Amino acid sequence: MVTFIVLGIGYGLLMQKSGYGPLWSLASGLIIFSGTVQFVSVSMLGGGSVIMAAITALMVAARHIFFSISMIGRYSSEGRRKWYLFYALCDETYAMLSRNETPEGVDLSAYRLLVTMFDQGSWLLGSFLGGWIGTLLNFDSTGIDFAMTALFVTVFIDQWKSAENHIPAVLGVAATLACRLIFGRELFLIPAMVIIIAVLTVMRGRIEQKEGDTDA
Amino acid sequence: MPDYRHALIIIVVMGLMTLATRILPVLIFGRGEKVPDYIMYLGRVVPYTAMGLLIVYCLRDVQILDAPHALPELAALAAVCLTHLWKHNTILSVVTGTVLYMILVQIVF
Repeated sequence: MVTFIVLGIGYGLLMQKSGYGPLWSLASGLIIFSGTVQFVSVSMLGGGSVIMAAITALMVAARHIFFSISMIGRYSSEGRRKWYLFYALCDETYAMLSRNETPEGVDLSAYRLLVTMFDQGSWLLGSFLGGWIGTLLNFDSTGIDFAMTALFVTVFIDQWKSAENHIPAVLGVAATLACRLIFGRELFLIPAMVIIIAVLTVMRGRIEQKEGDTDA
Repeated sequence: MPDYRHALIIIVVMGLMTLATRILPVLIFGRGEKVPDYIMYLGRVVPYTAMGLLIVYCLRDVQILDAPHALPELAALAAVCLTHLWKHNTILSVVTGTVLYMILVQIVF
């Protein structure tokens, strides 16, 4: 939760320095509600292709497919409430609610709703605060966008340590770098994603075999 | 002044795509149908490729051939990696790298 507030402040500041105030950060947090997608969106708000933004969001948010599928069984008893739970299912919430550990004497359904709302609430609060702080403090913000790069590098390192198979991680960097050099800064993202999905599909046997080794 | 209409369109479109990754699996597989192995496989491995893609995307405008030859970026990236491997604290790593980068681009280079 503290992480969400601090990262939210970073996002709100970045938005503010790009010309979008705290209400924009709040709206984005309600409409998108994914830290990674929102951070990437900042550089696309000012211009650029809508299709590219759509495909980028799809690729970056792909992990939610996995989260949602693995919560279908658990959330099947939640009635209409489950639509909110799925809409707001983020990494933190998934990590807390997929462990099947509920505090003693707490209603499971209420617990799920509260955890989900607290996570989204702290992200919204942080990003609003960040935008607000940005309007109050007048400092030279040149270079503050590096916060996004730094955040992705920390996630990359965490993923690297938890994965037994590093082919996907290396593929992501190598394919994108190659496409940036070949296709130039405007066009490289889409060919990079096509190549990544194609290589993942072709190498599925090898990658899954390695995943399987770790289960054994 | 930023083009607010375009910004709103981008947020809504990216929001719809993000929502699709969360809701479509439930609509399609919510009644207990078996999820195709290929979809599960992509859901598992694409996130590992996406972070590398995002890092390169963030650094897309870095010019290695011209001065200062990406030195601020390389120094700040090294700081993030070392801090993170040492303390395993996301906020500390992000703040350290960003502050160092801001000092480098504003004062040093």
